[in-house]
Amino acid sequence: MWKFFHHLTSPPHYYRVGATLIPWLAIPGLALIAYGTYAGLFLASEDYQQGDAFRIIYVHVPAAYLSMLAYAFMAFGGGIGLIWRMKLAHAVGAAAAPLGAAFTFLALVTGAIWGRPMWGTWWEWGDPRLTSELILLFLYFGYMALRSSIDDTAKADKASAVLALVGVVNVVIVHYSVEWWSSLHQGQTLFKKGGPGMDADMLYPLLAMIFGFTLLFGALLARRIRTEVLFRERRTRWVRELVLAPEGGK
Amino acid sequence: MTSTNPQQPGIFAGLAAIARRDILLAWKRPGDVLNPLFFFAMVCTLFPLAVGPSAEQLIFSGPGVLWVAALLATLLSLNTLFMSDHEDGSLDQMLVSPQPLPVLALGKTLAHWLISGLPLVLISPLLALTYRMPGDVVGVLMLTLLLGTICLSLLGSIGAALTVGLHTGTALLSLLILPLAMPVLLLGANTVSLAAGNDIYATGIWALGAYAVAALSLAPYATAAALRISSE
Repeated sequence: MWKFFHHLTSPPHYYRVGATLIPWLAIPGLALIAYGTYAGLFLASEDYQQGDAFRIIYVHVPAAYLSMLAYAFMAFGGGIGLIWRMKLAHAVGAAAAPLGAAFTFLALVTGAIWGRPMWGTWWEWGDPRLTSELILLFLYFGYMALRSSIDDTAKADKASAVLALVGVVNVVIVHYSVEWWSSLHQGQTLFKKGGPGMDADMLYPLLAMIFGFTLLFGALLARRIRTEVLFRERRTRWVRELVLAPEGGK
Repeated sequence: MTSTNPQQPGIFAGLAAIARRDILLAWKRPGDVLNPLFFFAMVCTLFPLAVGPSAEQLIFSGPGVLWVAALLATLLSLNTLFMSDHEDGSLDQMLVSPQPLPVLALGKTLAHWLISGLPLVLISPLLALTYRMPGDVVGVLMLTLLLGTICLSLLGSIGAALTVGLHTGTALLSLLILPLAMPVLLLGANTVSLAAGNDIYATGIWALGAYAVAALSLAPYATAAALRISSE
């Protein structure tokens, strides 16, 4: 088992395994998203309060969840890379950051579109989750900016890993401080605590979307890591052989 | 290890020596200390000019403006924290010294706070009075700024260590530090607002204090790790 793991983390091996892994993640992921989209738009019944507007949760919830999962990948990748000096782990962090930023942005945009009919405003500073999510987006920007401003890849890996780990501590503090802050400024919470449970016909599409998005994220991440590995190892022999092979780097 | 050597000075000797040296350097070049303070005063002046001098507006916005200005002024002084040490090689000396690097980094941060944080706290009442802040609220403002600038110096030292030797200027440092500093700003400014509204504000003070203690115990290690990475 340990040997297998060690084998997987060698860049040329990952490059090969990744190629077979991607369709296994992407195809079920896309199928689940297709089902979730159809079921969410047509089969799920209308919400008795929000009407059809609630249907945006089928994009919003998975995006918001993945915005945090991607950060976890980034920070864990950075931590493993710092501690065990594993090159592939740093590549995971580098590959996860733009995906995480994209999902964070998607979550913010869908949240704003949802907020317009529900709260009557595109943006509500009083909601702690919106503010935390915005700060998360800035953390991603900082991570990517630091990475791109250091030319030496090994150095960029380690410096951005330290930043990602400091950011993990910060995300927790941001969460609680923003919650304290918004409790000062608004009387009632926007969503009732222990509010109405979800009907099965609403819930199953949502679960399908969450799993589908996660699988798609996995596929995109695997693909980005593959590209990252190829770029980082561009001066090595195996990449040279791969590119010069008759199939042209398949 | 050399730490068993009886001739080796204790760890606080290194901290004190670094801090003393930095304060002496700042004393010889007072411009570096004064410029962020002038910047602080200037930002606080700009705001009433932009939104108008009405008393209720100033009372309402005073805590926020003073805090944002303090945050930006601290940020301005952070860029040079490790820069001259990196350029003249003293940073490399710190890295090879038998003294633990986190303690030396703490010494640098302590000096930074004494040079830029503490003066900010001391001149804040003057600016707070122009915002018509009552005396007891000014006390709360000073207390939050005292704790807050400690947090900001410590957080900033991580960012400064990560960007040392990069020719990117203050913009990258701001991008790294501001998301981390947001909880400090949020706690600090809102605590003062609560005090101004005769509300219970102790929660904010405790939270800021907890943040300062946590930063004091964790940030020097992150700064030391970042310094090692940056000077590879």
